[in-house]
Amino acid sequence: MLRGILIGILVLGVAGTAFWGYQEHREKNAILINAENNYQRAFHDLTYEIDLLHDKIGTTLAMNSRQSLSPTLAEVWRITSQAHNDVGQLPLTLLPFNKTEEFLAKIGDFSYRTAVRDLDKEPLTDEEYKTLTGLYEQSADIQKELRTVQHMVLENNLRWMDVELALASEEQPLDNTIIDGFKTVEKTVESYSDSEMGPTFVNMQKDDDQYKYLEGEAITEKEAAQIARKYSGFGENAEVKVTENGKGSDFGFYSVAITNKKTKQDANMDITKKGGYPIWYLLSREVDQQKISLNEASNKAVKFLKDNDFENLDLFESTQYDNVGVFTFVTNENDVRVYPDAIHVKVALDNGSIIGFSADEYLKSHHVREVPKPALTAQQARKEINPNVKVMQEGLAVIVNDLNEEVLCHEILGTLGNDTYRIFINAESGVEEKVEKLQNAEPVYEDVV
Amino acid sequence: MSRKMFVLKVFIIVTVCMICVPVSMQQHKAGAFSNQVIQHGAVGDDVIELQSRLQYLGFYNGKIDGVFGWGTYWALRNFQYEFGMPIDGLAGQETKNKLVKATKYNEQHVKEQINKGNDFTHYGGVDLDKQKKAPQTGGGKQPQTSQPQTQKKQPPAANQNQAQTQNQAQAQKPTAANVPTGFSQNDIQLMANAVYGEARGEPYIGQVAVAAVILNRIESATFPNTASGVIFEPRAFTAVADGQIWLTPNEQAKKAVLDAINGWDPTGNALYYFNPDTATSGWIWTRPQIKKIGKHIFCK
Repeated sequence: MLRGILIGILVLGVAGTAFWGYQEHREKNAILINAENNYQRAFHDLTYEIDLLHDKIGTTLAMNSRQSLSPTLAEVWRITSQAHNDVGQLPLTLLPFNKTEEFLAKIGDFSYRTAVRDLDKEPLTDEEYKTLTGLYEQSADIQKELRTVQHMVLENNLRWMDVELALASEEQPLDNTIIDGFKTVEKTVESYSDSEMGPTFVNMQKDDDQYKYLEGEAITEKEAAQIARKYSGFGENAEVKVTENGKGSDFGFYSVAITNKKTKQDANMDITKKGGYPIWYLLSREVDQQKISLNEASNKAVKFLKDNDFENLDLFESTQYDNVGVFTFVTNENDVRVYPDAIHVKVALDNGSIIGFSADEYLKSHHVREVPKPALTAQQARKEINPNVKVMQEGLAVIVNDLNEEVLCHEILGTLGNDTYRIFINAESGVEEKVEKLQNAEPVYEDVV
Repeated sequence: MSRKMFVLKVFIIVTVCMICVPVSMQQHKAGAFSNQVIQHGAVGDDVIELQSRLQYLGFYNGKIDGVFGWGTYWALRNFQYEFGMPIDGLAGQETKNKLVKATKYNEQHVKEQINKGNDFTHYGGVDLDKQKKAPQTGGGKQPQTSQPQTQKKQPPAANQNQAQTQNQAQAQKPTAANVPTGFSQNDIQLMANAVYGEARGEPYIGQVAVAAVILNRIESATFPNTASGVIFEPRAFTAVADGQIWLTPNEQAKKAVLDAINGWDPTGNALYYFNPDTATSGWIWTRPQIKKIGKHIFCK
């Protein structure tokens, strides 16, 4: 009798476990399939877009009329950005796949630059035409490789989840078809050196000639430690550790870690080797309450910059985050604001001490400039903006435009409805270089967080 | 009998006086700004008062949220223009004096509306009670005439204290916050999640560095262009892959993200980083290394 009950319970238990296991298994499979489908979609989208890209570049080559050229180039730009997105969704980040991504980015930049240009005034040069032809051929190669991979994937029912597994278990030799296929694509791209892009092609990525304007002699580790001591203001209690930059850095710098032995506060700082300029400084400490106003803090920031020989700066932005004030300064050259020369200063609102400083952008771009006289008057510049915008404030400014060139602009602050806009009109040509909608305060969604 | 009535009347009058006098005194005292010069970007009670007073005159039409944004800035400049003062967009002593003289500010009413999350305005010449609307979820039919409310607070001293501290605590929480250009609070939250999941054991500077790498990737042409795109890129961050990103981040992680967004990049433009003790990919070692912060090596 007892045995019967026991067996019954056991059977029930086994059956229950089996059922539960089956449910789990099904759920897991559903999720796996879902993830797999996402990868598949991204991959097939990618190949489709490369096809499209190739076709579109081909048509631009055949085009003569400028009116049709601009929209098509814009189209190319759109497709590259989509293709780029799809690459980003594939689990390839740890594969050396960056060359292909770079290639896509370059086509994108090139098409964008040429699409936004007024091709009537500045038609494609022979060099650019050559670049375009080159891109056309290269995209053909990539298209071919990708199609091969796609064919293999479809033919053999390959799954991206297997790629994931293969990548995750590094010990196995990576002989996965997909991985091999993508490695071939990567090699194909790698063989196009940058010079094939043509000499006029300027990379739109961040400037790589870092800190080229800096002057002065190289400093030693000791001097770097000295500078850091001065910035931290820890005095006798400071414990300083200096490290040199790694080999991969584009420029020489020292990283200094300063610990206050008494208060146990940590400060960090990077200093350029050449000239010993402070790139950034950051002190980490709690700021629990506000005792001084943002305005007082901004005066402290101004004084700090003066004390450290940063001159001709305008306060451009001030913002309070909890009990910390963050200020952005830009160079003011004869009443022209130079926006690329930005310095950020962080001030604690409890005692007004400087707890952070970043001159990264300033050091990279600040140099003696010949600011030209504006060809357009403010009056003329106003005519170029949307008539619905109510002009509130005007001035002159140097900005870096979409083509990565410094241009002199009329800066117009205006309102439209409840929003404020900052509009830059090129002072030479009257082109609307940039329109920014300025950030409004965001409501706090307390229930969400 | 009539004597009893008289005593009662006197008693009522005295109590009413005792209640009313402190109320009016309190309002008067609280009605003036503190000493600070208020400037663009500031947050707090003075900004609430500034916005209310500017709205009283019809210069400010936005929401009274306690954050000195562009709307407040233009309103203040217009006020300075109309009243013949130097137009600098700063609320200094002279500006504040003129504002106080020209306007009335019902602090209790404004604070009360803010604390209740009501939709309200503070225009002069209109009954304040007609200028508010309770949020839809709050079942907007609470009796809200300010008189009985203040009376309730008065009698026992201990109670009053409590009520005041409560009032203060609530007032310190503004209903809006400054956010850096181009990022929403949710973006910041998401990045804080990623930073916390990836680098919660690191020193503060190491957390800023991880946030900076996320931003450098957003800017880089070879990575996705959004915070979520970069963070959720498959296999990009281990914390995303193993679910640690959904741990609740602490305040420090959030501060690190804010610092990175506001222009601090401790990494020297790094796009990758790895922990040499746990890195599984051989490829990452081939990247040019810039520097080491905490346990992480940052590379291009």
